[in-house]
Amino acid sequence: MNIITEIKRMANARIDGSAECLRGIRSSRVILHLITIGVLAGFLLPLHSGVMTSIKTPSEFAETLPMVPPNIGSITIEPWTVAFETLSTSMINSLMFTIPAMVGSAVLGSIAAYGLTMVDWRGQVGIMSLFVAAIFVPKQALLVPISRFWSIVDLQGILANLGPLNLWALPFLQPYHATIFELAVYHTVFGISICTLLFRGYYLTIDQSLIEAAKLDGASFFATYWHIIRPLSYPMFAVVCIFQFTQIWNEFLFGLVLSSGTQAAPATVTLNDLNSGYAQLYNRQAAGAFIVAIPTLLVYLMFGDKFAKAQEY
Amino acid sequence: MSLHNRVKNRLSIVTGSQKRDTRGRIRELLWTDFVQSMPFWLPPTAMLVIFVYGSVLWNMIISLTDFQGISRPEYRVSNFDLDMYVQMLSDPSFHSAARNTVVFMIAFTAICLVIGLLLALLLDRQVKFGSVFRTIYLLPFSLSYVVTGVLWLWMFNFEVGVINTLLRIIGLGVFAQHWLSNPNLKLLSVILALVWQYSGYAMVIYLATLRTIPRAHYEAAKVDGASLYTMYRKVIIPQLSSAVVSISVVLMLFTLKAFSWLYVVFGRNPGPAADILGTMMYREAFAATNWAYGAAIGTVLFGITITMLAPYLYWQYKRGEL
Repeated sequence: MNIITEIKRMANARIDGSAECLRGIRSSRVILHLITIGVLAGFLLPLHSGVMTSIKTPSEFAETLPMVPPNIGSITIEPWTVAFETLSTSMINSLMFTIPAMVGSAVLGSIAAYGLTMVDWRGQVGIMSLFVAAIFVPKQALLVPISRFWSIVDLQGILANLGPLNLWALPFLQPYHATIFELAVYHTVFGISICTLLFRGYYLTIDQSLIEAAKLDGASFFATYWHIIRPLSYPMFAVVCIFQFTQIWNEFLFGLVLSSGTQAAPATVTLNDLNSGYAQLYNRQAAGAFIVAIPTLLVYLMFGDKFAKAQEY
Repeated sequence: MSLHNRVKNRLSIVTGSQKRDTRGRIRELLWTDFVQSMPFWLPPTAMLVIFVYGSVLWNMIISLTDFQGISRPEYRVSNFDLDMYVQMLSDPSFHSAARNTVVFMIAFTAICLVIGLLLALLLDRQVKFGSVFRTIYLLPFSLSYVVTGVLWLWMFNFEVGVINTLLRIIGLGVFAQHWLSNPNLKLLSVILALVWQYSGYAMVIYLATLRTIPRAHYEAAKVDGASLYTMYRKVIIPQLSSAVVSISVVLMLFTLKAFSWLYVVFGRNPGPAADILGTMMYREAFAATNWAYGAAIGTVLFGITITMLAPYLYWQYKRGEL
């Protein structure tokens, strides 16, 4: 229900476009509406036919038109249940590294942006360039060292021999969680750069006199962060976390390299296996695709305006 | 030097007899913004430098060896050479991957720029439900490539796929194509699917820029009796140039990373018609265990990224936006 009210709210909230400014200039509203609806239908077509296919039986999706709903009598949820069974453990894996990495990258991004924004010193732009460039570095430029590193360092073995403690003997911990930990670390570190950029964009808009006043009152650099910047950052934390959640959840390549074929495989990797496993079962694949997409879709539909805002920086 | 420091210095001149001694000096040094801000920016910067740039450097070093995964790579300077890069020059699959990467980069970015602009202008004219439409156009951008890859495999399916079915319905069945296996169409299909996913991104950036155009500009043009077409050509579109630059850089750099979608749709080898450097690198390193060669392709990708990014960063710096 929450999503529906949110959509309604967004529908009612007018966006302040140039529509008003251009009013009075002759143009055909009808044509405008027709184009809009046509484009919208085109955009939704892949999603729509995916949903329709996912509730059809194999014989039906082979015989009926892909975008037409199935006959009421023959709707099946079997593709969804089978796909969910295959995907459920890897969905949990995904959550296990997505949430810590989301929080970690947001916090580190926030403090880095504070350190780099609120101070005037010469190296600032240089360091900022390092951050911006890191956003765009292709993962292909790092994959060989990453796989070399983890073939030398046996994290699972190390964590099994922490002095007298065998971490894997503790309840709820499994040896494959070592790989999940690796994924969490990589996603945290690779998220820092974009998070820093987002926070920096926001901190530059904060009124400097606020900071100066705090400093004149004797507040330390840390106290200024804790008492002034941190509370002001909460809206931005929401934006950054939403963005990072979708980014990390959707990521495929690190998951493929670090965890393919293991119990630690994230949802995207398992979905791809499902894809290559059942070549002709499009209904099951489509259902799987939506199951993997649900967490990001929920976040996106609930906080779509924040997600859009993150792109604008 | 920040205002804060200047004020503090002046205060210390007036009041600061206790700060005259050496200990006071040290304390004052420790109070400078630079030192105080270090605990904030240094750890994240160090993590980034070690994990990202350290890996890039290591990758470059591996690319100088001839490591193939049998024994350890030999990290001896006498053993370093540019063999892998020489091999690239005469490797036909590198040629096709590089060519596809460039074609993909330019065509994809250009189409996204145009479609994104049309979407943004459409939305900008619309008062009702604008936000819902924006949400829908940006929605594919929030999905994983694995998800969109699966959906587009179905769209492009020859027998029962959506595109061919639609063509047959409107009587153009002769145009039904093997979208994902015909070498002449492969790259086009990839571009079509990714434009669907990415034009919403271009739209959002355009929209944000459109909102910054001062109302007075519209008013002035209206007073001058500008037609709608003139309004767009002379008032609105010229002001979007900074958005065009930002979108182009982001999207072009994205195409270097479009690996996941291709991997999901085509598997390890998209074939010479759709192979890009990103997919080739993965295949060479992880399927053929030509680790050094893969590392060399990775280094080339990094080089392209930096070459394209550096002028953009400089441009941003000049505009005071960095």
